[in-house]
Amino acid sequence: MPTPFKKTPHPKERRLVFQNVDREGWSEDIGCYMENGGYEELRKALTMERTAIVNEVKASGLRGRGGAGFPCGVKWGFIKLDEPKPVYLICNADESEPGTFKDRYILHQDPHQLLEGMIISSFALGVHLAYIYIRGEFPTGAKILETAIAEARAKNFLGKNILGSGFDLEIYVHRGAGAYICGEETGLIESLEGKRAYPRIKPPYFPAVLGLYQCPTIVNNVETLCNIKHIVRMGGAEYAKIGKPNNTGTRVLCVSGDVREPGYFELEVGAVTMGELIYDLCGGMKPGRKLKAVIPGGSSAKVLRAGEKYKIKTKQPDGSTGEKEIGIEDIVMDFDSLAAVGSMAGSGGVIVMDDSRDMLWTLNNINEFYAHESCGQCTPCREGSLWMKKITERMLLGGGVERDPAVLKNVADNIAGRTICAFGEACAWPTQSFVAKFKEEFDSRAGKPVPPPMPPEYLPEELIGKEEAHA
Amino acid sequence: MSAPQMLNVQINGEWKQFPKGTRVIEACAQAGSYIPRYCYHPKLTSPGNCRMCLIEMGMPKMGPDRKPELGPDGRPVINWIPRPQISCAQDVAEGMGIRTDSPMAQECRRGVMEFLLINHPLDCPICDQAGECKLQEFSVEYGNGGSRFLEHKVKKPKKVAVGPRVTLDAERCVLCSRCIRFMKEVPQDDVLGFVDRGSYSTIAAHPNRQLDSNYSLNTVDICPVGALTSTDFRFKMRVWFLKETKSFCTSCATGCNTVIGSRQEVVYRQTPRENNEVNSVWMCDYGRLNFHYLHSERRLSRPAVKGEAAAWPAAIAKAAAELRSVPANEVAIIASGSMTNEELWLTKKLASVLNITLHDIVPHIEKGDDLLLSADRNPNTAGAKLLGVSSSKLAEIAQGVESGRIRVLLVLGEDAAGISLAKLKSLVTVGLLPSAATEKASVFLPSAGFAEKRGSMINVKGRLQRLNQAIQPPGEARDDWEILRDLIQAVSGANGVYAIEEVFRQMAEATPALAGLSLSKIGDLGVQLKLE
Repeated sequence: MPTPFKKTPHPKERRLVFQNVDREGWSEDIGCYMENGGYEELRKALTMERTAIVNEVKASGLRGRGGAGFPCGVKWGFIKLDEPKPVYLICNADESEPGTFKDRYILHQDPHQLLEGMIISSFALGVHLAYIYIRGEFPTGAKILETAIAEARAKNFLGKNILGSGFDLEIYVHRGAGAYICGEETGLIESLEGKRAYPRIKPPYFPAVLGLYQCPTIVNNVETLCNIKHIVRMGGAEYAKIGKPNNTGTRVLCVSGDVREPGYFELEVGAVTMGELIYDLCGGMKPGRKLKAVIPGGSSAKVLRAGEKYKIKTKQPDGSTGEKEIGIEDIVMDFDSLAAVGSMAGSGGVIVMDDSRDMLWTLNNINEFYAHESCGQCTPCREGSLWMKKITERMLLGGGVERDPAVLKNVADNIAGRTICAFGEACAWPTQSFVAKFKEEFDSRAGKPVPPPMPPEYLPEELIGKEEAHA
Repeated sequence: MSAPQMLNVQINGEWKQFPKGTRVIEACAQAGSYIPRYCYHPKLTSPGNCRMCLIEMGMPKMGPDRKPELGPDGRPVINWIPRPQISCAQDVAEGMGIRTDSPMAQECRRGVMEFLLINHPLDCPICDQAGECKLQEFSVEYGNGGSRFLEHKVKKPKKVAVGPRVTLDAERCVLCSRCIRFMKEVPQDDVLGFVDRGSYSTIAAHPNRQLDSNYSLNTVDICPVGALTSTDFRFKMRVWFLKETKSFCTSCATGCNTVIGSRQEVVYRQTPRENNEVNSVWMCDYGRLNFHYLHSERRLSRPAVKGEAAAWPAAIAKAAAELRSVPANEVAIIASGSMTNEELWLTKKLASVLNITLHDIVPHIEKGDDLLLSADRNPNTAGAKLLGVSSSKLAEIAQGVESGRIRVLLVLGEDAAGISLAKLKSLVTVGLLPSAATEKASVFLPSAGFAEKRGSMINVKGRLQRLNQAIQPPGEARDDWEILRDLIQAVSGANGVYAIEEVFRQMAEATPALAGLSLSKIGDLGVQLKLE
């Protein structure tokens, strides 16, 4: 019988992948996991046909939880059943999108759920070597995973002839060195191969065709792989009943920022609106504060402004489509609704900002992050991300000139859609949306008709010091 | 081999055909719509990182029957991809549509140009690349007139000796990675890489390593900007002043095709020239830099008799007299494998006029590599063999000279090859630089270096190639074939020839392998001979 949660989940929550997180008396060791029914789904999966598992995943409608929301079953469908090359599975545990902190709970508290999901997935995909790529900033998580892998191997859930099924699998943990770009799946693969995490060009390097070591490779997020276990347990069709059509299952939303009770919430996809999430689940805004803006899917998602109105298409009872105007509070927290209002569900990191926030400061903070994390491989993102940061920084310091907002937008436009990987969009979307939606804040800080004199790059004594050091 | 499948591709509204496997960027260039590029190099892999070659691309719109929908012109209707695509990493496909100059493509290029320039030092006036810089050229064609960049530029290391022959200015670098890929893929010495991240990314050599490969200077050639410059050439001459002469390298038997850059009778550099039958587009550093001896202070440029300067007629007459001063079996010729075919042909003729049977070339065998550098450092061993100048008599000649049996020796373009010359009655040498042989020479005749003359050679694979004259020989030095012609004339009294074309004609008539050829027919890329 599962022990109670340390903090009672909100009645609107539905705990699936977080069913063991923050429970009284729970520990991350295999004994605790197995006492609570762990590895039963693995036993079940090993009796199934490989294609049957893939079909269940397809039927479940599960969409990737990493950020792009790509249908998992479709991705898996790219792997041929009789693939002659080795097939690799990589768990992307490089959770690095600012505002997102769901995977670390799973890694720290329920590593065996992830392993079970990975073993089932590997069996279904014909994988005999799988990797967990964990970000360098999770040293404890990596240790916990290593222990969990050793425990699972001791019980023959890993290794040769798993539970007498004839299926072999090894899982290795690979720690990153602390770069955001390693979360991009082809960058991750390069990093795993021991190279700089420069994302690959697609075409021709689609991971499912030419992935790790030029072999077919599936890269899935931690949360996605955990869901596989539950899909096997309840069946794809049953799983698809959770949430909404095309937005099935549960999703862990990570709320941070200016709400009274930030934290994680596992919800059926689309179960709540933005308003319910902020005012009901998170206890509302801080005292005396009003909602100003929300970034709904990790820092790269386009910002939504309180008071904005969105026109979205709705299905009428007679089957025709109509149009409805909604406010920010009415946005349903699912993949399609957030896309319809011009942003995205992304990684599930919801960042809430109240009226005390300076949007120029906020954008500069985001720009600083992306300028620091741009891998530098392709021109627009490499040069543009730092340029945008320099503009917002100068504006913050009082040196904004009239054309700055327009230049900011144009620089962002010159990045988005022109880069090798999605980092281009990730660094351009915040600038595009902040400048467009908080125009008055940016315009008011861009008052100078001509550029102010540049501050000296070095103080004279520094220059002398450099000269002397050089001589 | 069957003809390659031809694919229909629409480029800027016109349908053209290209063989399967043609890169989009190459197809567009062939169709007359050149797409600017930095990272793409036809001989290297495509990383697609510079984003300069972004274009608009589309594929045929498919009908419900999975067949392309046809427009009123009977051609497929193209479904244009809303995002720009790079043209350097994709091959053409049937029914593909390409727009290289649409507003979207133009806007992409303008954006990338601006990004590449914001942190660039814009130091063209003191940059060696000026005049052959893609950043300059594309900026004029696709860039903006002014800059919107109000910030401090990123500072990076300058004047870095990244290797013994290559200097790096990291601020000028556009991070196209051509040099990295070249070192990895061609000489397979993975010594270069990126350090740091984002806009601070910098090219660097691996810790405790240098860019010291014998192919390092190719990185300078393929660097589209002034980031990598040749330490030997930098600050010596603005490139637009250089006269370009197509030639080939004579430092080994490979014969890499080159362009000699010279001005006012001075060679400033040699760069490789594309010839896929010989050297692709590369050459080794050793060969490339092996021209400074032409301008050496020690260069001998006046004829001399017994160490005293002499006029040409007197020197030739004296040389001829020496060659006839003893019976023919007491005369030997040491020729060189770096002589042209024309010179070798005349050498053979001189030998036969004088009935000299002891003649050979000096082999120069050193360590070669698997890429371009041949172990045979003589550029024309094959020619010497074909024209019968090389024999296997060098040892016999050496022994004869040292024992005193051979009393007169003619040395052409070589040192004495370690032979003790003490017992010789007289020594006639032809060459460029002082050596043990020239010091003891009864007669010395100054001749021309590879950049100072015309002529042909045959490389290790039997390819006949042509030297073109870039500069004049210094002082009174003369073209070797003329010296040999004059010697023949002096010893035999026969009428000479007056043009090198005539020498080639005579040689080709007498040599079946060269039948039907002439100097002009050799062309810039050479002719493959059928040799035994």
